[in-house]
Amino acid sequence: MNALTVENLSVAYDKKTVLENANVTVPTGRLTAIIGPNGAGKSTFLKAILNQLPNKVGKVEILGKLFDPKSLVVGYVPQRNAVDWDFPTNALDIVLMGRYGHTGLFKRPSKQDKLLAKEALESVGMQEFAERSIGQLSGGQQQRVFLARALAQNANIYFLDEPFAGVDAATEKTIIDILKSLRAQGKSIFVVHHDLQTVKEYFDYTILLNKTILASGNTEDVFTPEQLQETYGGKLFMMQDTIGAEVVC
Amino acid sequence: MIELWVIITGLLVGITCGMAGVFLILRKMSMIADAISHTVLFGIVMAFIITQTLNGFWMLVGAAVAGILTAYLVQLLHSSGIQHDAAIGVVFTSLFAAGVLLITLFASHVHLDVEHILMGEIAFVPWDKWTLLSITMPKAVWILLLVLLINIAFLLLFFKEMKLATFDAVYAASIGVPILFLHYAFMTSISFTTVAAFDSVGAILVVAMLIGPAATANLISRSIKQMFLLSMLYGGASAIIGYYLAKFWDTSIAGMMATAVGILFIVTLFAQKLVDFKRKSLVGKLEGL
Amino acid sequence: MLSGNLLWVLMGTMLLGIAAGITGTFSFLQKQSLVGDAAAHAALPGIALAFLLTGQKDLPILMLGAGITSALSVYCIQWIVSFSKMKADAAIGLVLTVFFGVGVVFLTVVNHSPLGNQSGLNNFIFGKAATMTKADLTWLFISATIIILVSLLFYKEWKVLIFDPVYAKGIGLPIEALKATLTVLIVMTIVTGIQSVGVILMSALLIIPAVSARLWTKKLSSMLVLSAAIGGLSGIVGTFVSATRSGLSTGPLIVLVAAAIFFISYLISPTGQINKFLRKKQFRKQGEIG
Repeated sequence: MNALTVENLSVAYDKKTVLENANVTVPTGRLTAIIGPNGAGKSTFLKAILNQLPNKVGKVEILGKLFDPKSLVVGYVPQRNAVDWDFPTNALDIVLMGRYGHTGLFKRPSKQDKLLAKEALESVGMQEFAERSIGQLSGGQQQRVFLARALAQNANIYFLDEPFAGVDAATEKTIIDILKSLRAQGKSIFVVHHDLQTVKEYFDYTILLNKTILASGNTEDVFTPEQLQETYGGKLFMMQDTIGAEVVC
Repeated sequence: MIELWVIITGLLVGITCGMAGVFLILRKMSMIADAISHTVLFGIVMAFIITQTLNGFWMLVGAAVAGILTAYLVQLLHSSGIQHDAAIGVVFTSLFAAGVLLITLFASHVHLDVEHILMGEIAFVPWDKWTLLSITMPKAVWILLLVLLINIAFLLLFFKEMKLATFDAVYAASIGVPILFLHYAFMTSISFTTVAAFDSVGAILVVAMLIGPAATANLISRSIKQMFLLSMLYGGASAIIGYYLAKFWDTSIAGMMATAVGILFIVTLFAQKLVDFKRKSLVGKLEGL
Repeated sequence: MLSGNLLWVLMGTMLLGIAAGITGTFSFLQKQSLVGDAAAHAALPGIALAFLLTGQKDLPILMLGAGITSALSVYCIQWIVSFSKMKADAAIGLVLTVFFGVGVVFLTVVNHSPLGNQSGLNNFIFGKAATMTKADLTWLFISATIIILVSLLFYKEWKVLIFDPVYAKGIGLPIEALKATLTVLIVMTIVTGIQSVGVILMSALLIIPAVSARLWTKKLSSMLVLSAAIGGLSGIVGTFVSATRSGLSTGPLIVLVAAAIFFISYLISPTGQINKFLRKKQFRKQGEIG
């Protein structure tokens, strides 16, 4: 069974085709980077996978099945700026929301739910901020809370949208360590990633996306100067040093 | 006794609208409430045209339907690319104009008092009584109590889902929260609230009560539960203050209640800023030690 | 209605529609369509207060009062959004209702006074296009002409301001002054229109033609022309229809004509529903083949 199977996925808004004939198969247990230039359709790709786009054509299967939210198998970590952080609540409450799927409609979160939420908050190093208003959190702290929420959900496959954008180095380390430990547990992780410098270090699988999927596979095979040149189409300036190919955008 | 009923009605309006307004503010849907308060006119006129009676019950139904229709049309236009505020503007002005036209065409002989619809007549509330289960209370009070119960029930059932759907709709959808259903259910409860209140205080005050107390509470709340409590408190307070000021100056009760909403907002805003400022300067002083 | 009078009213509502179409487009592009609604409602306390303070029912004085509170409401909204954590939608709704509530309070005081006119509120809400006097119409012509001329004068500057505010600042445009002028113009449109079509319908004229024009084009110049045309056309057709049968108020009809034009645009414009549907069908067909 593959973590993700995409067949002939196309998405159009008005007269523009944003994604055209995307095809990719990713096996389970990988930490996969989705990279491509701005406006390449990465966010659209993610939304299409999460079945949020009614105007898509093609097939998407997650862990062998069509996406079913109720199965709680998919843990989604959106971009930080997708929400209004002025919302009157604290960090623990946000993480607890990750348990709502398990709690069920009409019921209150159980003691077990609250415990799991606390543990998730601890695992991202935010236990002291449990009672803190989310409006007072820094960017990195907000990102950790979002990750904790998905962890509390206890999913099998995770999709993160630019989790490292604008976060401090300590937060970045915390996040990538958690993602790697999730992979060690056999879970599959997909990250829309913007920083080409860290792709080789963090990810073992890579998808190159620019209006379609140009290449996918093990990072060492796919993350090459030629492939990158084709993906970024001349917007890339590359340097090679003695250690390996270092890419600067 | 008469006066007591007027005050109770005002309190109920303040509390019910204060409660309903919290998620309205958090979902950034204040203007849809304004839109609904105008389109209820269309609903009422349609109810009259269809049933050929001035029966209060059918008017409520008509108004509620108009409210849901408004929410639906706005959603429809918005999802086809029209920006949200413009979608609201198009829908409610068109429906209101249609309502007015229908009045002149089919109901000009009937006393559908526009002023009453816009400003209500809370002073007349005690005279229109219903007796249910051998309790006699003004009709407006019965209806408001019913709507208050409906709102409470909605909250008890869907509180955590509404919270999540409001904060992060996309994540909510990804774990199976029925966000579209919640949106329309909530709009329905807003329609009911609008309809229940405007008979006594008119369309304009309903919107003031839906938006003002919740917005004021939002300035100083640290949790949603706090926001609910404060919002209901502000709503009730605006009603009481507004009533007594109107009595003192012999002027419109509904208008004065709306004014009170504004006054409480300004006072809270400045008080919060002052407290904030003092706290920051205190921290500054302590750090300087 | 005498046909001579009808001609005057036709011209008046046409000019009003054009002016509303133009200023409404600028509001729309700044995502401030509903601010116009608030400003329209906020005119009430100004009118009542002007009467209370001066004891006069002269149109210019009332219009001045209306203009002042209307403009004040716009600034209140901006101030609330910048000074507090309140969001724009709540600020607009709050200002709208509180100003209107205060206006109602003043109006009740007016109605209690010996010179008070009981139909004041009705006129404010619905306007009295059909019963406009020569003086009303004259004001309408003058205002509308000023609005159109000023819009032409500042077109280039407003265009930059709306689409690229950073650049505008960079080349030294007086941002605040330009914004203020636009606000004044919108307020003038509102104040002029209120007496003929009423508050809510004035909001409609500011919004519907602009939204309809947007469905057809993205270019500012085209949008302005189209919006003005739709506004003007709504004015003419609406007034004309209301004249053919007695008892039909002009205001709602003008709005409904505009709404009809919107509805048609919604369906048949290039980005409209029919074309969308056709494109989707074609898209799916391609997907199946590929």
